[in-house]
Amino acid sequence: MKHLLGTETLSRDEAILILDTAEQMAATQEREIRKLPTLRGKTVVNLFFEDSTRTRMSFEAAAKRLSADVINFAAKGSSVSKGESLKDTALTLQAMGADAVVIRHWASGAAYQLARGEWLHGCVLNAGDGTHQHPTQALLDAYTARRHLVDSPTGNGLDGLRIAIVGDILHSRVARSNVYLLTTLGAKVTLVAPPTLVPVGIGPWPVDIFHSLDAAIEAQEIDAVMMLRVQRERMTGGGAAFFPSPEEYTRLFGLDGARLARLPQHAIVMHPGPMNRGLEISAEAADSARSVIVEQVANGVAVRMAALYLLLAGEERP
Amino acid sequence: MTGTILGAPDMARALTRIAHEILERNGGPDDIVLLGIPTRGLPLARRLAERIAVAEPSFDAECRCGALDITMYRDDLHRQPTRPIGPTSLPSHGIDDAIVVLVDDVFHTGRTIRAALDAIKDFGRPRAVQLAVLVDRGHRELPIRADFVGKNIPTSRSERVAVRLEEIDGDDAVVITGGDR
Repeated sequence: MKHLLGTETLSRDEAILILDTAEQMAATQEREIRKLPTLRGKTVVNLFFEDSTRTRMSFEAAAKRLSADVINFAAKGSSVSKGESLKDTALTLQAMGADAVVIRHWASGAAYQLARGEWLHGCVLNAGDGTHQHPTQALLDAYTARRHLVDSPTGNGLDGLRIAIVGDILHSRVARSNVYLLTTLGAKVTLVAPPTLVPVGIGPWPVDIFHSLDAAIEAQEIDAVMMLRVQRERMTGGGAAFFPSPEEYTRLFGLDGARLARLPQHAIVMHPGPMNRGLEISAEAADSARSVIVEQVANGVAVRMAALYLLLAGEERP
Repeated sequence: MTGTILGAPDMARALTRIAHEILERNGGPDDIVLLGIPTRGLPLARRLAERIAVAEPSFDAECRCGALDITMYRDDLHRQPTRPIGPTSLPSHGIDDAIVVLVDDVFHTGRTIRAALDAIKDFGRPRAVQLAVLVDRGHRELPIRADFVGKNIPTSRSERVAVRLEEIDGDDAVVITGGDR
């Protein structure tokens, strides 16, 4: 692995190695001194062309806990707003000696372009590109599910588990990354969304599709339910173009206490955040004992530490 | 020099002796914590703990034994392919004011032990740190020495010393291979 761009090309062994490494990283965060000297002298650049609080903070925390130097680059108020191209930005980072670039971009494929452009020799970690991929989020979701639902997590996948992803599949890079990763790890994936929020050409995806949350809960034994945020900022056309009203969306696809009670006893509730409480998830479901949403954030740091370690610690590959 | 240097009975005797030396040096089993360095330091630490418990029944072999992975403290990470990280588990009461005995199979350049000392520092402040190794093959690159040694084996740098343990490899032996001679 030279870059972490998406989950589609990740092999099962690579994915399990990342999850197992994350397990050890999480254990180091229980120590008296949580900082490790592992990436001393390495420079990690957070290159963020799109707003993000938790992913950027999570990557920053992960890099700092491993003693890497972190440079934050936000497109707002930078040379990018003066019209600099991605290539020139990359060349600048190369000149500054970036060993790893964490990129979040509004354009799908930006991370791939940065990695394949031969503009910098460092490794590229995709922190979300448009509606394409968000691999570290999928990895932390898989890590969280494995911890809660698999008896002896270390070294194992998610074989036989049924995981439902509910909501705006069309705009969701989290959903795309999860579909491939969870399938690679042996889980079965169910997508639940209004027909307008299911991407065109979903045929080859290895998933079952339902158009109502109740129908999915009736039909299948769901081990984990992942609620996606309704991305108002991506829904051009007045915010209501994809479904008649937020109230109707909540009625058909929202997770509330009643629906939660109909899930199997062991089922967990996940959400990549930030949540729209009252829209896709009720406060009762979000704050229930079966919700692992806050834990996902903590696991995010461990998973990103693992990714940085596996990409940066070894000898440099040509 | 090629072939088996220590067989199973030799190894058992060496470990029994080291266990008694640890007790002798520290005036009893109080505060002793054994930390094995993965991979083969772990079963060795466990065996030493069991032997100490035989001599001193008040010593709880289970809870005075731990694992200390030093991968993330190595100084040569950037020189080799990425290494997987092993498990670290410390006794529940921590290592503050304990006498930590590091346990490893082969003592060579001393760099592993240097990394282990750094790792220990992040877990707490033991009263003392001592080092027990099954084989000391020389060629130190740092001013570090062992407190307890199973066997000193003079080697050339090009030789390989392999420790085989029943828990991992199916039998107990120390084998030397390679070398220019």
